[in-house]
Amino acid sequence: MTHPDHEVVLRVRGLTKKYPGVTALDRVDFELRKGEVHVLFGENGAGKSTLISIISGAQHPDGGTIEVNGRPVELAGVAAARALGISAVFQEFSLMPTMTVAENLVMGAEPGRYGIINRRAVRRLAQERLDEFDFRISPDRLVETLSRAEQQMVEIAKAFRPELSVLILDEPTASLTEEESERLFSLVEEARGRGIGIVYITHRMAEIRRLADRVTVLRDGRLITTVPGGTPDDELINLMTGRVVEDLYPELPEAGTRVVLAARDLSTFDGTVRNASFELRAGEIVGFAGLMGSGKSTAARACFGLERVDSGTLTIGGADLTGAKPARVMRSGVVYLPSDRKTEGLFLNRPLRESVTLPWLRREPMSAGLVLRPGRERAVAGDMLRRMKLSPADPERTADSYSGGNQQKGLLGRALLGDCGTYLLDEPTVGVDVGARVTIYDQIVELARQGNAVLVISSELPEILHLCHRVYVFAHGTITAELRQDDINEETILRHMMHWDEPAKEIA
Amino acid sequence: MTLQSEVEVTARPRASAISYAARIFVKIGVLPILVVVALITFSMMSDNFLTVDNIHSALRQNSYIIIATLGQFVVLLAGGFDLSIGAITALVSVSTAMTMSAQTGSPLAAVATGIVVGVGVGMACGLINGLGVASFNINPFIMTLATASVFSGLALMLTSGVPVSGLPVEFSDWLGFGSVFGIGISIWIAALAALILWVLLTLTRPGRHIYSVGSSPRAARLSGVSEFRTLILAYVTAGALAAVGSVLLTARIETGEANIGASLPLQTIAAAVIGGVSLRGGSGRVLDAVLGAVFIGIVANGMNLAQINSYYQMIVTGVVLALAVVADRLRTRLASAVYAGKV
Repeated sequence: MTHPDHEVVLRVRGLTKKYPGVTALDRVDFELRKGEVHVLFGENGAGKSTLISIISGAQHPDGGTIEVNGRPVELAGVAAARALGISAVFQEFSLMPTMTVAENLVMGAEPGRYGIINRRAVRRLAQERLDEFDFRISPDRLVETLSRAEQQMVEIAKAFRPELSVLILDEPTASLTEEESERLFSLVEEARGRGIGIVYITHRMAEIRRLADRVTVLRDGRLITTVPGGTPDDELINLMTGRVVEDLYPELPEAGTRVVLAARDLSTFDGTVRNASFELRAGEIVGFAGLMGSGKSTAARACFGLERVDSGTLTIGGADLTGAKPARVMRSGVVYLPSDRKTEGLFLNRPLRESVTLPWLRREPMSAGLVLRPGRERAVAGDMLRRMKLSPADPERTADSYSGGNQQKGLLGRALLGDCGTYLLDEPTVGVDVGARVTIYDQIVELARQGNAVLVISSELPEILHLCHRVYVFAHGTITAELRQDDINEETILRHMMHWDEPAKEIA
Repeated sequence: MTLQSEVEVTARPRASAISYAARIFVKIGVLPILVVVALITFSMMSDNFLTVDNIHSALRQNSYIIIATLGQFVVLLAGGFDLSIGAITALVSVSTAMTMSAQTGSPLAAVATGIVVGVGVGMACGLINGLGVASFNINPFIMTLATASVFSGLALMLTSGVPVSGLPVEFSDWLGFGSVFGIGISIWIAALAALILWVLLTLTRPGRHIYSVGSSPRAARLSGVSEFRTLILAYVTAGALAAVGSVLLTARIETGEANIGASLPLQTIAAAVIGGVSLRGGSGRVLDAVLGAVFIGIVANGMNLAQINSYYQMIVTGVVLALAVVADRLRTRLASAVYAGKV
């Protein structure tokens, strides 16, 4: 797939970037050829984001050289990088929500004379740009009325300029549904066909298999290696983590059989989940696998009372709790760990202690009646943070002063503190480094060993493969398979995940 | 790692004086600095400023603003606003005065029923605000702007715009001008209100819920906190505090007035912000709010003594408010630099 002449558009050598106390990039070499999709692969904190922010001109390196088309350059800022044909689409969009698609597309280079914008020309230019990619979005629509995927399309269309030679995509499918991702992939393929070099950051193995010409693996700010796109998943994960995959996961205990939570033909009001039936049992770890938008997370949220239930029943501990509120569900011994810790989990401007103890303040040592006992509360929170191996384990520091891995461990600590019996863990390791992962996996397995029912909703296939006794696979809002221990393997899960997606290809 | 510590060793001593000042600023915030500046300035401009008598009377005059600021503060903590706090003050003043003047029995009974009715009206107003924000999900800015109009309309309607007089003299003797241990009763009441609020916010579960709903409503919901009940509690508390402040003010001016409190919404928000309370909710301490209100009172008093025209006073208050916000931004930025070990 690589361009025949193997022409290098971008080459960095010995790139180094230091922050107080951390070396984010340590003498990293990287090259990008014309017409290739080059995936950057690594844990959070491995240096991927720092690397692309330097290439896109948003940050300055402390050492090393950057060459564009064979000439050494200084990237003074984002504008300088753009002038050299380098554009980045970050996870945070740079669109103005209250302006139209057309206005956004021409922003910074509005056609017109004497400072007066020629609105007809704006529309025409924008329409041309959209037509070029075959996007069927009206240029007159306001950006805030677009779906996230459509906004991403506009962002990419904005990044495409005639002189574009390097396109940087930072986890572009993170919030897209399958169908939307599919459109993005064809767009990436089209860009590759035009000879544009693409730096693509993703955590998803399926995307690497689908798109990558080469993969560069980073770990702890260092370059590990660059390998061809067809490298097997296990080997890549091995390179990324520096460990053999199996070492990350503790051994599973014997699974229990007593059913504690059962959903029958559950459908949500918004239609994201349809007729899903599943059971959680004491002493068992159950996995929900599926792509983004497959309904795996919505099904769990419906159990916790966060999504409106349209039909079906939900039984917890023998009681019918269909449509109950979160507070009621919690009282019957169920706790939910949200996947989005920043908006649904933590109280960022408050001491971390408050995020950890809030649901359980009613309990004995921390309060008497309505009155809190601050000393006891502090001790309880401190103990939990130490058990979760936070560093520093200081409950009085504000939640936002902790790294993502520490925040996630704190949140899991909150779930554990409840001593609940049933744990619904939504992407328990999202954005977390390897060290924190090992702690989290250990705690999850320990929960099952103690006889709790654990649900792990995960987009990380290795977690589903190695951490679960039983797996439900979701696709398009329905459960397409229930797999038991021996049947849990990557191929089977992937086949059921894509179930309705590519029936034609399966036959062919 | 070794490289890092070497850099620190060489870099530290050079900037130690500035870095020390920066650390102190990060720790205590902008308000104590402003207070010291104000105290020095005004004591130079007027000999009467820094006297026990003057400070006492300044506090007494401003006790109703301090109490109203506490009310505003609770709502700010919960992530809201209360623009109706001045209108509540007016409506409470009118209803308290009308209840008292309508009675012919013992003055004690008249004063007591008047206060009960006044505080009840304040809480009812808070309940209406809370219901609008919590159950109909109306933006607090709009909801309280609307109720402000309604409450002042009611106050004017009840009195036809004429001040309500004929209050028992005991009412203003006790609450307006009375003293206990040489300190004005209204100051005691403000201190008591601050203490009760501190206990509510730091030592009780509902208080913690107010902080958490203000910090992140969605995370609070996932933790089993009822956003509805918490918001109602915050707005009703604000209404009750505004009512207490209004009763004290009514006692001081000896009439029920429908047109008082118009500047209170801005004054109380300014006081809270100058004190360091976050407008984004979930962050701030009772002491911050009290000190913010006291500071505004000191500035007004100092300028009165220095015979500065009240128009200039408005300008100064505005400038101080803006400066306080700028200083707070600076402090946030410095704080992260201090944490990162750069300062």
